[in-house]
Amino acid sequence: MIAALQRIGAIGVFFGRILAGILPALTRPRLIVHQIYNAGARSLIIIMLSGLFVGMVLGLQGFDLLQRIGSEDVLGIGIALALLKQLSPVMTALLFAGRAGTALASEIGLMRATDQLTAMEMMAVDPVHRVVVPRFLGGLIAVPLLVAIFDVIGLYGAHLIAVQQMGIDAGSFWGQTQGAVKLDDVYEGIFKGLVFGLACSLIAVYEGFHAAPTAAGVGLATTRTVVTSSVLILLLNYLLTAFYL
Amino acid sequence: MALRPRVRTRQTWRARLPDTQLAGILNMSDNALLTVRDVSYAVGPRSIFAGLSLSAQRGGITAIMGPSGTGKTTLLRLLTGQIVPASGELRVFGENPAILARRPLYKLRRRMGMLFQNGALLTDLSVFENVAFPLREHEKLTETQLTERVLAKLQSVGLREASQLMPAELSGGMARRVALARAMITEPELMIYDEPFVGLDPISMGVILRLIKETNDHAGITSLIVSHDVRELAKIADYSYLLSGGRVVAEGSPSQLDNSQEAVVRQFMDGLADGPVPFQYTASGR
Repeated sequence: MIAALQRIGAIGVFFGRILAGILPALTRPRLIVHQIYNAGARSLIIIMLSGLFVGMVLGLQGFDLLQRIGSEDVLGIGIALALLKQLSPVMTALLFAGRAGTALASEIGLMRATDQLTAMEMMAVDPVHRVVVPRFLGGLIAVPLLVAIFDVIGLYGAHLIAVQQMGIDAGSFWGQTQGAVKLDDVYEGIFKGLVFGLACSLIAVYEGFHAAPTAAGVGLATTRTVVTSSVLILLLNYLLTAFYL
Repeated sequence: MALRPRVRTRQTWRARLPDTQLAGILNMSDNALLTVRDVSYAVGPRSIFAGLSLSAQRGGITAIMGPSGTGKTTLLRLLTGQIVPASGELRVFGENPAILARRPLYKLRRRMGMLFQNGALLTDLSVFENVAFPLREHEKLTETQLTERVLAKLQSVGLREASQLMPAELSGGMARRVALARAMITEPELMIYDEPFVGLDPISMGVILRLIKETNDHAGITSLIVSHDVRELAKIADYSYLLSGGRVVAEGSPSQLDNSQEAVVRQFMDGLADGPVPFQYTASGR
Protein backbone atom coordinates (compact mmCIF):
# COMPACT_ATOMS: atom_id res chain seq x y z
CA MET A 1 0.00 0.00 0.00
CA ILE A 2 2.77 2.40 0.98
CA ALA A 3 4.71 1.40 -2.11
CA ALA A 4 1.68 2.11 -4.28
CA LEU A 5 1.24 5.53 -2.69
CA GLN A 6 4.93 6.25 -3.16
CA ARG A 7 4.64 5.33 -6.83
CA ILE A 8 1.61 7.58 -7.29
CA GLY A 9 3.52 10.38 -5.59
CA ALA A 10 6.55 9.79 -7.79
CA ILE A 11 4.38 9.88 -10.92
CA GLY A 12 2.84 13.13 -9.66
CA VAL A 13 6.24 14.72 -9.13
CA PHE A 14 7.37 13.53 -12.57
CA PHE A 15 4.19 14.99 -14.09
CA GLY A 16 5.10 18.30 -12.44
CA ARG A 17 8.51 18.21 -14.13
CA ILE A 18 6.80 17.51 -17.45
CA LEU A 19 4.37 20.41 -16.99
CA ALA A 20 7.31 22.70 -16.22
CA GLY A 21 8.92 21.63 -19.48
CA ILE A 22 5.92 22.12 -21.75
CA LEU A 23 6.41 25.83 -22.46
CA PRO A 24 10.10 25.45 -23.42
CA ALA A 25 9.18 22.43 -25.55
CA LEU A 26 6.63 24.47 -27.49
CA THR A 27 9.48 26.60 -28.80
CA ARG A 28 10.68 23.49 -30.66
CA PRO A 29 7.57 22.33 -32.49
CA ARG A 30 9.58 20.11 -34.81
CA LEU A 31 10.35 17.69 -31.97
CA ILE A 32 6.66 17.49 -31.03
CA VAL A 33 5.50 17.03 -34.63
CA HIS A 34 8.03 14.21 -35.00
CA GLN A 35 6.58 12.50 -31.94
CA ILE A 36 2.98 12.99 -33.14
CA TYR A 37 4.09 11.20 -36.30
CA ASN A 38 5.79 8.43 -34.30
CA ALA A 39 2.92 7.87 -31.89
CA GLY A 40 -0.01 8.83 -34.12
CA ALA A 41 0.68 8.31 -37.81
CA ARG A 42 2.43 5.01 -37.18
CA SER A 43 -0.63 3.79 -35.26
CA LEU A 44 -3.03 4.66 -38.07
CA ILE A 45 -3.20 1.25 -39.72
CA ILE A 46 -3.95 -0.64 -36.52
CA ILE A 47 -6.50 1.99 -35.44
CA MET A 48 -8.29 2.01 -38.79
CA LEU A 49 -8.40 -1.77 -39.08
CA SER A 50 -9.66 -2.13 -35.52
CA GLY A 51 -12.23 0.61 -36.04
CA LEU A 52 -13.53 -1.10 -39.15
CA PHE A 53 -13.92 -4.48 -37.47
CA VAL A 54 -15.44 -3.04 -34.29
CA GLY A 55 -17.99 -1.14 -36.40
CA MET A 56 -18.78 -4.28 -38.40
CA VAL A 57 -19.27 -6.38 -35.25
CA LEU A 58 -21.53 -3.71 -33.79
CA GLY A 59 -23.54 -3.77 -37.01
CA LEU A 60 -23.94 -7.54 -36.92
CA GLN A 61 -24.63 -7.89 -33.22
CA GLY A 62 -26.85 -4.79 -33.06
CA PHE A 63 -28.91 -5.89 -36.01
CA ASP A 64 -29.44 -9.35 -34.50
CA LEU A 65 -30.51 -7.85 -31.18
CA LEU A 66 -32.80 -5.13 -32.56
CA GLN A 67 -34.37 -7.46 -35.11
CA ARG A 68 -35.68 -9.59 -32.23
CA ILE A 69 -37.68 -6.64 -30.90
CA GLY A 70 -38.46 -5.20 -34.30
CA SER A 71 -36.43 -2.02 -33.87
CA GLU A 72 -33.82 -2.30 -36.63
CA ASP A 73 -34.44 1.34 -37.55
CA VAL A 74 -32.60 2.60 -34.49
CA LEU A 75 -29.52 0.52 -35.23
CA GLY A 76 -27.60 3.57 -36.47
CA ILE A 77 -28.29 5.50 -33.25
CA GLY A 78 -27.21 2.62 -31.02
CA ILE A 79 -24.00 2.01 -32.94
CA ALA A 80 -23.12 5.71 -33.17
CA LEU A 81 -23.60 6.35 -29.46
CA ALA A 82 -21.76 3.18 -28.44
CA LEU A 83 -18.89 4.03 -30.73
CA LEU A 84 -18.55 7.75 -30.14
CA LYS A 85 -18.99 7.73 -26.36
CA GLN A 86 -17.46 4.42 -25.27
CA LEU A 87 -15.86 1.99 -27.67
CA SER A 88 -13.94 4.41 -29.81
CA PRO A 89 -12.01 6.22 -27.05
CA VAL A 90 -11.47 3.08 -24.97
CA MET A 91 -10.39 0.85 -27.87
CA THR A 92 -8.17 3.57 -29.33
CA ALA A 93 -6.48 4.18 -25.99
CA LEU A 94 -5.95 0.46 -25.36
CA LEU A 95 -4.46 0.03 -28.82
CA PHE A 96 -2.34 3.14 -28.35
CA ALA A 97 -1.02 1.81 -25.03
CA GLY A 98 -0.16 -1.50 -26.67
CA ARG A 99 1.58 -0.05 -29.71
CA ALA A 100 2.86 3.46 -29.05
CA GLY A 101 2.98 3.30 -25.23
CA THR A 102 5.23 0.25 -25.20
CA ALA A 103 7.40 1.78 -27.94
CA LEU A 104 7.79 4.95 -25.87
CA ALA A 105 8.64 3.07 -22.68
CA SER A 106 11.14 0.75 -24.32
CA GLU A 107 12.77 3.55 -26.31
CA ILE A 108 13.31 5.75 -23.26
CA GLY A 109 14.27 2.73 -21.13
CA LEU A 110 16.89 1.73 -23.68
CA MET A 111 18.21 5.29 -23.72
CA ARG A 112 18.58 5.00 -19.95
CA ALA A 113 20.30 1.59 -20.21
CA THR A 114 22.79 2.84 -22.82
CA ASP A 115 23.67 6.00 -20.87
CA GLN A 116 22.13 8.29 -23.48
CA LEU A 117 20.04 10.08 -20.85
CA THR A 118 23.07 10.40 -18.57
CA ALA A 119 25.09 11.75 -21.50
CA MET A 120 22.44 14.42 -22.01
CA GLU A 121 22.58 15.33 -18.35
CA MET A 122 26.35 15.58 -18.59
CA MET A 123 25.91 17.93 -21.56
CA ALA A 124 23.71 20.06 -19.27
CA VAL A 125 20.61 19.11 -21.24
CA ASP A 126 17.62 18.06 -19.17
CA PRO A 127 16.40 14.76 -20.66
CA VAL A 128 12.93 15.44 -19.31
CA HIS A 129 12.71 18.54 -21.49
CA ARG A 130 14.50 17.09 -24.51
CA VAL A 131 13.22 13.50 -24.56
CA VAL A 132 10.21 13.11 -22.27
CA VAL A 133 8.11 16.23 -22.89
CA PRO A 134 7.99 15.99 -26.72
CA ARG A 135 7.00 12.32 -26.47
CA PHE A 136 4.38 13.08 -23.84
CA LEU A 137 2.88 15.89 -25.93
CA GLY A 138 3.03 13.72 -29.05
CA GLY A 139 0.90 11.06 -27.34
CA LEU A 140 -1.42 13.59 -25.76
CA ILE A 141 -2.19 15.18 -29.14
CA ALA A 142 -2.25 11.94 -31.14
CA VAL A 143 -4.84 9.98 -29.14
CA PRO A 144 -7.84 12.35 -29.63
CA LEU A 145 -7.02 12.52 -33.33
CA LEU A 146 -6.91 8.74 -33.49
CA VAL A 147 -10.24 8.59 -31.64
CA ALA A 148 -11.80 10.80 -34.33
CA ILE A 149 -10.44 8.52 -37.05
CA PHE A 150 -11.68 5.43 -35.17
CA ASP A 151 -15.14 7.08 -35.01
CA VAL A 152 -15.32 7.64 -38.75
CA ILE A 153 -13.98 4.23 -39.76
CA GLY A 154 -16.13 2.46 -37.14
CA LEU A 155 -19.29 4.13 -38.43
CA TYR A 156 -18.32 3.19 -41.97
CA GLY A 157 -17.84 -0.45 -40.87
CA ALA A 158 -21.28 -0.44 -39.26
CA HIS A 159 -22.75 1.09 -42.43
CA LEU A 160 -21.19 -1.68 -44.52
CA ILE A 161 -22.92 -4.38 -42.48
CA ALA A 162 -26.21 -2.66 -41.66
CA VAL A 163 -26.90 -1.07 -45.04
CA GLN A 164 -24.94 -3.12 -47.56
CA GLN A 165 -25.38 -6.57 -46.01
CA MET A 166 -28.50 -6.46 -43.83
CA GLY A 167 -30.46 -4.20 -46.10
CA ILE A 168 -31.37 -1.38 -43.72
CA ASP A 169 -32.27 1.74 -45.64
CA ALA A 170 -29.29 4.08 -45.84
CA GLY A 171 -31.43 7.20 -45.42
CA SER A 172 -33.04 5.76 -42.31
CA PHE A 173 -29.66 4.63 -40.91
CA TRP A 174 -27.94 7.98 -41.31
CA GLY A 175 -31.04 10.13 -40.76
CA GLN A 176 -31.86 8.57 -37.40
CA THR A 177 -28.21 8.80 -36.40
CA GLN A 178 -27.96 12.45 -37.40
CA GLY A 179 -31.14 13.29 -35.52
CA ALA A 180 -30.26 11.55 -32.26
CA VAL A 181 -26.53 12.07 -31.94
CA LYS A 182 -25.51 15.48 -30.64
CA LEU A 183 -22.20 17.21 -31.09
CA ASP A 184 -21.66 16.89 -27.33
CA ASP A 185 -21.60 13.10 -27.77
CA VAL A 186 -18.73 13.49 -30.20
CA TYR A 187 -16.94 15.91 -27.87
CA GLU A 188 -17.37 13.46 -24.99
CA GLY A 189 -15.48 10.78 -26.88
CA ILE A 190 -12.77 13.19 -27.98
CA PHE A 191 -12.38 14.50 -24.43
CA LYS A 192 -12.07 10.95 -23.15
CA GLY A 193 -9.40 10.41 -25.77
CA LEU A 194 -7.52 13.44 -24.48
CA VAL A 195 -7.66 12.15 -20.89
CA PHE A 196 -6.66 8.62 -21.92
CA GLY A 197 -3.87 10.02 -24.08
CA LEU A 198 -2.54 11.96 -21.10
CA ALA A 199 -2.72 8.90 -18.85
CA CYS A 200 -1.13 6.49 -21.37
CA SER A 201 1.65 8.90 -22.36
CA LEU A 202 2.44 9.78 -18.75
CA ILE A 203 2.63 6.13 -17.71
CA ALA A 204 4.78 5.23 -20.73
CA VAL A 205 7.33 8.01 -20.30
CA TYR A 206 7.43 7.53 -16.51
CA GLU A 207 8.05 3.79 -16.77
CA GLY A 208 10.66 4.23 -19.50
CA PHE A 209 12.48 7.03 -17.70
CA HIS A 210 12.62 5.09 -14.45
CA ALA A 211 13.40 1.69 -15.96
CA ALA A 212 16.28 -0.24 -14.43
CA PRO A 213 19.23 0.02 -16.87
CA THR A 214 19.12 -3.64 -17.85
CA ALA A 215 17.38 -5.74 -20.50
CA ALA A 216 15.04 -7.09 -17.82
CA GLY A 217 14.41 -3.57 -16.56
CA VAL A 218 13.34 -2.34 -20.00
CA GLY A 219 11.12 -5.41 -20.43
CA LEU A 220 9.51 -4.82 -17.06
CA ALA A 221 8.90 -1.16 -17.86
CA THR A 222 7.19 -2.15 -21.11
CA THR A 223 4.97 -4.67 -19.38
CA ARG A 224 4.06 -2.26 -16.61
CA THR A 225 3.18 0.36 -19.20
CA VAL A 226 0.60 -1.89 -20.85
CA VAL A 227 -0.87 -3.25 -17.63
CA THR A 228 -1.07 0.07 -15.77
CA SER A 229 -2.35 1.97 -18.81
CA SER A 230 -5.04 -0.61 -19.55
CA VAL A 231 -6.40 -0.66 -16.02
CA LEU A 232 -6.20 3.12 -15.78
CA ILE A 233 -8.07 3.58 -19.07
CA LEU A 234 -10.95 1.39 -17.89
CA LEU A 235 -11.06 3.08 -14.49
CA LEU A 236 -10.99 6.57 -16.01
CA ASN A 237 -13.64 5.56 -18.54
CA TYR A 238 -15.97 4.57 -15.73
CA LEU A 239 -15.36 7.83 -13.87
CA LEU A 240 -15.80 9.98 -16.97
CA THR A 241 -18.94 8.11 -18.03
CA ALA A 242 -20.42 8.59 -14.57
CA PHE A 243 -19.48 12.27 -14.75
CA TYR A 244 -21.13 12.80 -18.13
CA LEU A 245 -24.32 10.97 -17.17
CA MET B 1 34.30 -15.89 7.18
CA ALA B 2 35.18 -13.25 4.61
CA LEU B 3 38.73 -12.04 5.03
CA ARG B 4 39.41 -8.36 4.72
CA PRO B 5 42.43 -7.93 2.44
CA ARG B 6 45.38 -6.13 3.84
CA VAL B 7 45.99 -3.13 1.65
CA ARG B 8 48.37 -0.37 2.55
CA THR B 9 46.92 3.04 2.98
CA ARG B 10 48.01 6.14 1.14
CA GLN B 11 49.70 7.26 4.35
CA THR B 12 52.07 4.31 4.30
CA TRP B 13 52.94 4.99 0.67
CA ARG B 14 53.49 8.65 1.43
CA ALA B 15 55.60 7.74 4.43
CA ARG B 16 57.99 5.86 2.18
CA LEU B 17 58.44 8.68 -0.32
CA PRO B 18 61.50 10.97 -0.11
CA ASP B 19 60.69 14.25 1.59
CA THR B 20 61.18 16.30 -1.57
CA GLN B 21 58.72 14.17 -3.50
CA LEU B 22 56.22 14.22 -0.68
CA ALA B 23 56.39 18.00 -0.44
CA GLY B 24 55.78 18.26 -4.19
CA ILE B 25 52.74 16.03 -4.06
CA LEU B 26 51.22 17.79 -1.09
CA ASN B 27 51.76 21.20 -2.69
CA MET B 28 49.90 20.10 -5.80
CA SER B 29 46.57 20.70 -4.10
CA ASP B 30 47.23 24.47 -4.34
CA ASN B 31 46.54 24.37 -8.06
CA ALA B 32 43.81 21.76 -7.91
CA LEU B 33 40.85 22.07 -10.23
CA LEU B 34 39.02 19.34 -8.40
CA THR B 35 39.49 17.90 -4.96
CA VAL B 36 37.96 15.00 -3.06
CA ARG B 37 38.35 15.06 0.71
CA ASP B 38 37.47 12.17 3.02
CA VAL B 39 34.59 11.08 0.83
CA SER B 40 32.59 8.03 1.82
CA TYR B 41 29.96 6.38 -0.31
CA ALA B 42 28.07 3.12 0.00
CA VAL B 43 25.54 1.20 -2.06
CA GLY B 44 23.29 -0.47 0.49
CA PRO B 45 25.49 -2.28 2.99
CA ARG B 46 28.47 -2.32 0.62
CA SER B 47 30.99 0.43 1.17
CA ILE B 48 32.49 1.77 -2.08
CA PHE B 49 34.62 4.58 -0.65
CA ALA B 50 35.76 5.11 2.92
CA GLY B 51 37.65 8.35 3.40
CA LEU B 52 38.74 8.81 -0.20
CA SER B 53 40.94 11.86 -0.86
CA LEU B 54 42.58 12.98 -4.08
CA SER B 55 42.93 15.98 -6.37
CA ALA B 56 43.53 16.84 -10.03
CA GLN B 57 45.78 19.70 -11.08
CA ARG B 58 44.82 22.37 -13.59
CA GLY B 59 46.22 21.69 -17.03
CA GLY B 60 47.42 18.21 -16.12
CA ILE B 61 46.37 14.69 -16.96
CA THR B 62 45.39 12.82 -13.81
CA ALA B 63 44.82 9.10 -13.98
CA ILE B 64 42.62 7.13 -11.62
CA MET B 65 43.57 3.48 -11.76
CA GLY B 66 42.41 0.45 -9.92
CA PRO B 67 41.03 -3.04 -10.28
CA SER B 68 37.54 -3.55 -11.72
CA GLY B 69 34.79 -2.90 -9.21
CA THR B 70 36.88 -0.58 -7.11
CA GLY B 71 34.57 2.37 -7.73
CA LYS B 72 36.38 4.33 -10.44
CA THR B 73 33.23 5.10 -12.43
CA THR B 74 31.37 5.78 -9.17
CA LEU B 75 33.99 8.42 -8.42
CA LEU B 76 33.22 10.12 -11.74
CA ARG B 77 29.52 10.03 -10.96
CA LEU B 78 30.25 11.70 -7.62
CA LEU B 79 32.39 14.37 -9.24
CA THR B 80 29.74 15.17 -11.84
CA GLY B 81 26.92 15.38 -9.31
CA GLN B 82 25.05 12.30 -10.53
CA ILE B 83 25.20 10.80 -7.06
CA VAL B 84 25.82 12.28 -3.62
CA PRO B 85 28.41 11.07 -1.11
CA ALA B 86 27.42 9.96 2.38
CA SER B 87 30.10 12.19 3.87
CA GLY B 88 33.16 14.20 2.87
CA GLU B 89 33.61 17.10 0.53
CA LEU B 90 33.91 17.42 -3.24
CA ARG B 91 35.11 20.52 -5.05
CA VAL B 92 35.00 20.98 -8.80
CA PHE B 93 35.83 24.49 -10.06
CA GLY B 94 35.48 25.49 -6.41
CA GLU B 95 31.91 24.26 -6.18
CA ASN B 96 30.45 21.22 -4.48
CA PRO B 97 28.39 19.34 -7.10
CA ALA B 98 26.71 17.27 -4.38
CA ILE B 99 24.74 20.22 -3.02
CA LEU B 100 23.99 22.13 -6.20
CA ALA B 101 20.42 22.46 -7.50
CA ARG B 102 19.71 21.35 -11.05
CA ARG B 103 20.30 24.70 -12.77
CA PRO B 104 23.68 25.56 -11.17
CA LEU B 105 24.72 21.93 -11.55
CA TYR B 106 24.01 22.11 -15.28
CA LYS B 107 25.96 25.39 -15.40
CA LEU B 108 28.88 23.59 -13.77
CA ARG B 109 28.60 20.66 -16.17
CA ARG B 110 28.83 23.00 -19.15
CA ARG B 111 32.45 23.52 -18.11
CA MET B 112 33.05 19.76 -18.35
CA GLY B 113 33.12 17.23 -21.14
CA MET B 114 32.71 13.54 -20.51
CA LEU B 115 33.63 10.56 -22.63
CA PHE B 116 31.52 7.57 -21.61
CA GLN B 117 32.82 4.04 -21.56
CA ASN B 118 30.33 2.99 -24.25
CA GLY B 119 30.29 6.31 -26.09
CA ALA B 120 26.63 6.92 -25.19
CA LEU B 121 25.89 8.35 -28.64
CA LEU B 122 22.28 9.31 -29.26
CA THR B 123 21.20 6.45 -31.48
CA ASP B 124 18.48 8.29 -33.37
CA LEU B 125 20.85 11.06 -34.51
CA SER B 126 23.55 10.92 -37.17
CA VAL B 127 27.23 11.37 -36.34
CA PHE B 128 26.98 15.02 -37.41
CA GLU B 129 23.90 15.67 -35.27
CA ASN B 130 25.44 13.91 -32.29
CA VAL B 131 28.45 16.21 -32.37
CA ALA B 132 26.23 19.22 -33.09
CA PHE B 133 23.88 18.35 -30.22
CA PRO B 134 25.56 20.39 -27.43
CA LEU B 135 26.00 23.35 -29.77
CA ARG B 136 22.36 23.32 -30.83
CA GLU B 137 21.33 23.14 -27.17
CA HIS B 138 23.61 25.80 -25.74
CA GLU B 139 24.96 28.13 -28.41
CA LYS B 140 23.19 30.37 -30.85
CA LEU B 141 25.07 29.71 -34.07
CA THR B 142 24.03 30.03 -37.67
CA GLU B 143 23.78 26.74 -39.54
CA THR B 144 26.95 27.64 -41.44
CA GLN B 145 28.93 28.34 -38.27
CA LEU B 146 27.62 25.17 -36.66
CA THR B 147 28.49 23.04 -39.69
CA GLU B 148 32.01 24.48 -39.81
CA ARG B 149 32.67 23.75 -36.16
CA VAL B 150 31.23 20.25 -36.26
CA LEU B 151 33.09 19.25 -39.41
CA ALA B 152 36.33 20.72 -38.05
CA LYS B 153 35.94 18.68 -34.88
CA LEU B 154 35.10 15.55 -36.84
CA GLN B 155 38.18 16.24 -38.98
CA SER B 156 40.31 16.31 -35.83
CA VAL B 157 39.15 12.81 -34.90
CA GLY B 158 39.47 11.60 -38.49
CA LEU B 159 35.75 11.11 -39.12
CA ARG B 160 34.72 14.05 -41.30
CA GLU B 161 33.66 11.67 -44.06
CA ALA B 162 31.52 9.69 -41.59
CA SER B 163 29.38 12.67 -40.64
CA GLN B 164 26.20 11.28 -42.18
CA LEU B 165 26.52 7.77 -40.76
CA MET B 166 24.27 6.61 -37.94
CA PRO B 167 25.81 5.34 -34.66
CA ALA B 168 24.74 1.77 -35.49
CA GLU B 169 26.97 1.90 -38.58
CA LEU B 170 30.13 2.76 -36.61
CA SER B 171 32.77 0.44 -35.18
CA GLY B 172 33.54 0.66 -31.45
CA GLY B 173 36.63 2.78 -32.06
CA MET B 174 34.79 5.14 -34.42
CA ALA B 175 31.93 5.54 -31.94
CA ARG B 176 34.43 6.41 -29.20
CA ARG B 177 36.03 9.04 -31.46
CA VAL B 178 32.62 10.55 -32.29
CA ALA B 179 31.82 10.65 -28.58
CA LEU B 180 35.17 12.35 -27.99
CA ALA B 181 34.38 14.94 -30.66
CA ARG B 182 30.98 15.55 -29.06
CA ALA B 183 32.51 15.92 -25.59
CA MET B 184 35.09 18.41 -26.86
CA ILE B 185 32.94 20.46 -29.25
CA THR B 186 32.05 23.01 -26.56
CA GLU B 187 35.72 23.33 -25.56
CA PRO B 188 35.29 22.38 -21.90
CA GLU B 189 37.84 23.26 -19.23
CA LEU B 190 37.74 19.77 -17.75
CA MET B 191 37.60 16.54 -19.74
CA ILE B 192 36.60 13.36 -17.96
CA TYR B 193 37.31 10.03 -19.61
CA ASP B 194 35.65 6.87 -18.33
CA GLU B 195 37.63 3.82 -19.45
CA PRO B 196 38.50 5.34 -22.85
CA PHE B 197 40.59 2.37 -23.99
CA VAL B 198 38.25 -0.52 -23.24
CA GLY B 199 37.61 -2.80 -26.19
CA LEU B 200 39.74 -0.84 -28.65
CA ASP B 201 42.19 -2.31 -31.13
CA PRO B 202 45.81 -1.05 -30.85
CA ILE B 203 45.37 1.47 -33.66
CA SER B 204 42.19 2.97 -32.25
CA MET B 205 43.76 3.00 -28.81
CA GLY B 206 46.79 4.86 -30.14
CA VAL B 207 44.53 7.40 -31.87
CA ILE B 208 42.48 7.99 -28.72
CA LEU B 209 45.66 8.33 -26.64
CA ARG B 210 47.06 10.89 -29.07
CA LEU B 211 43.78 12.80 -29.14
CA ILE B 212 43.60 12.96 -25.35
CA LYS B 213 47.19 14.13 -25.09
CA GLU B 214 46.90 16.69 -27.91
CA THR B 215 43.62 18.05 -26.61
CA ASN B 216 45.06 18.44 -23.17
CA ASP B 217 48.26 20.11 -24.34
CA HIS B 218 46.91 22.34 -27.10
CA ALA B 219 43.63 23.42 -25.53
CA GLY B 220 45.15 23.76 -22.07
CA ILE B 221 42.39 21.82 -20.43
CA THR B 222 42.49 19.53 -17.41
CA SER B 223 41.97 15.82 -17.94
CA LEU B 224 40.83 13.14 -15.57
CA ILE B 225 41.10 9.60 -16.89
CA VAL B 226 39.64 6.57 -15.22
CA SER B 227 41.11 3.36 -16.54
CA HIS B 228 42.90 0.16 -15.65
CA ASP B 229 45.14 0.21 -18.71
CA VAL B 230 48.32 0.89 -16.77
CA ARG B 231 50.75 0.89 -19.68
CA GLU B 232 48.63 3.20 -21.82
CA LEU B 233 48.04 5.67 -19.01
CA ALA B 234 51.76 5.76 -18.19
CA LYS B 235 52.36 7.28 -21.62
CA ILE B 236 50.24 10.37 -21.04
CA ALA B 237 49.41 10.80 -17.34
CA ASP B 238 51.16 13.44 -15.26
CA TYR B 239 49.97 12.00 -11.99
CA SER B 240 48.23 8.78 -11.05
CA TYR B 241 46.17 7.47 -8.20
CA LEU B 242 45.74 3.80 -7.51
CA LEU B 243 42.45 2.95 -5.80
CA SER B 244 41.65 -0.20 -3.93
CA GLY B 245 39.35 -1.08 -1.09
CA GLY B 246 37.61 2.28 -1.21
CA ARG B 247 40.65 4.48 -0.79
CA VAL B 248 43.85 5.64 -2.47
CA VAL B 249 46.53 3.05 -1.81
CA ALA B 250 49.24 4.67 -3.89
CA GLU B 251 49.83 7.82 -5.86
CA GLY B 252 52.58 9.51 -7.82
CA SER B 253 53.92 10.02 -11.31
CA PRO B 254 53.75 7.00 -13.64
CA SER B 255 57.46 6.35 -13.16
CA GLN B 256 57.10 6.51 -9.37
CA LEU B 257 54.34 3.93 -9.46
CA ASP B 258 56.25 1.82 -11.95
CA ASN B 259 59.31 1.75 -9.69
CA SER B 260 57.39 1.21 -6.48
CA GLN B 261 58.01 -1.98 -4.56
CA GLU B 262 54.76 -1.73 -2.60
CA ALA B 263 52.96 -5.05 -2.80
CA VAL B 264 49.62 -3.57 -3.82
CA VAL B 265 51.23 -1.43 -6.52
CA ARG B 266 53.27 -4.32 -7.87
CA GLN B 267 50.23 -6.57 -7.92
CA PHE B 268 48.29 -4.08 -10.00
CA MET B 269 51.15 -2.98 -12.27
CA ASP B 270 52.25 -6.55 -12.96
CA GLY B 271 48.74 -8.02 -13.13
CA LEU B 272 49.20 -10.61 -10.40
CA ALA B 273 46.34 -12.67 -9.02
CA ASP B 274 48.05 -13.08 -5.65
CA GLY B 275 48.55 -10.04 -3.47
CA PRO B 276 46.85 -7.65 -1.08
CA VAL B 277 43.92 -7.12 -3.45
CA PRO B 278 41.89 -10.34 -3.52
CA PHE B 279 41.10 -11.84 -6.90
CA GLN B 280 38.18 -13.75 -5.44
CA TYR B 281 35.04 -11.73 -4.75
CA THR B 282 34.02 -11.68 -1.11
CA ALA B 283 30.53 -11.04 0.21
CA SER B 284 31.73 -7.95 2.06
CA GLY B 285 32.82 -6.48 -1.25
CA ARG B 286 36.41 -6.08 -0.08
